[in-house]
Amino acid sequence: MLDRREAVRELLRNRGDLLVVCGLGSPTWDVAAAGDDARNFYLWGAMGGAAMIGLGLALARPERRVLVVTGDGEMLMGMGALATIAVQKPANLAIVVLDNGAFGETGMQESHTARTTDLAAVARGCGIPLSLDVDDAAGLARLGALLHGSNETLFARIRVLATEHPRVMPEKDGVAIKQRFKRAIGL
Amino acid sequence: MSGDPDWPERVFTALKAGGVSQIAYVPDAGHARLIALAREDSAIRDIVLTTEEEGVALAAGAWLGGARACLLLQSSGVGNCINMLTLLQNGRFPLLMLVTMRGEESEFNPWQVPMSRATAPALGLMDVAVTRAETADEVAGLVAASLDKAFAEERAAAVLFSQRLIGAKRW
Repeated sequence: MLDRREAVRELLRNRGDLLVVCGLGSPTWDVAAAGDDARNFYLWGAMGGAAMIGLGLALARPERRVLVVTGDGEMLMGMGALATIAVQKPANLAIVVLDNGAFGETGMQESHTARTTDLAAVARGCGIPLSLDVDDAAGLARLGALLHGSNETLFARIRVLATEHPRVMPEKDGVAIKQRFKRAIGL
Repeated sequence: MSGDPDWPERVFTALKAGGVSQIAYVPDAGHARLIALAREDSAIRDIVLTTEEEGVALAAGAWLGGARACLLLQSSGVGNCINMLTLLQNGRFPLLMLVTMRGEESEFNPWQVPMSRATAPALGLMDVAVTRAETADEVAGLVAASLDKAFAEERAAAVLFSQRLIGAKRW
């Protein structure tokens, strides 16, 4: 098991030209805590949509690498997106789920992944063969390398501790986040 | 069905002329020709979805990257999109939705009727600009106008294709 803040900070250290979409709640706070960046698209809502936003972006910008960072609850709500993404197979898209087995923003109620559901197996079953199960520093290092070097769609479930960190809140205005992001990639 | 039988080709031409490069869909018989045209065109990415709200999120991501997306769905699928449409409002993202209407004329399946009746009001509640195409001759023009509106104003716009236009589903 890893600490979510440390894992995200490690993945975004030397991020290069990575574009990041983060799911609402803790993943948004984790990405903001690793350092605000104009190339981050923070979600404050739209639960279940993070992976599909990543897909639209990855298809629109095939020359850039896109990383979606989300949580198990958000991924569970939009699980069909893994089947949709597997059909498209964008080589520049990575989806990383920080899996604490709980709905952290609403009182740490147990989620499906704490009981029966294995999201890495779901991704594999949907047709994303490069689907990692990460729960230690070595696995995280391998994932970090693949984020920049993979030539196929990448999925990773990182097992993280169900600890609550202080919220680090980025910009909240969706239009401002969008405009800043687009300017940062030259649009 | 009346008027120009090649209206799907003309709608597809309007989408291409409007710069749409991603066409996402949950299939409907009324969209079959348009989906086939998208699949045959190497300049268009056709994206089959498991549920319509995926297409709403996809469109926001596409626009973040400077691309234009269109969502093809039937009226029942509009209900699946509701909360995800808040993403478009909060971030002022554009989306063109082409909605084939079930549950209107000669509908054999009564289960299609409740969402059909709720489609236009529900879209209106979510601040989607709605127009309705009744005839084959007007549909491509309405699609082009809604496309312009969506991408110029950065908002969601929908064209409802009446069941009279697409024809009742026959079994």
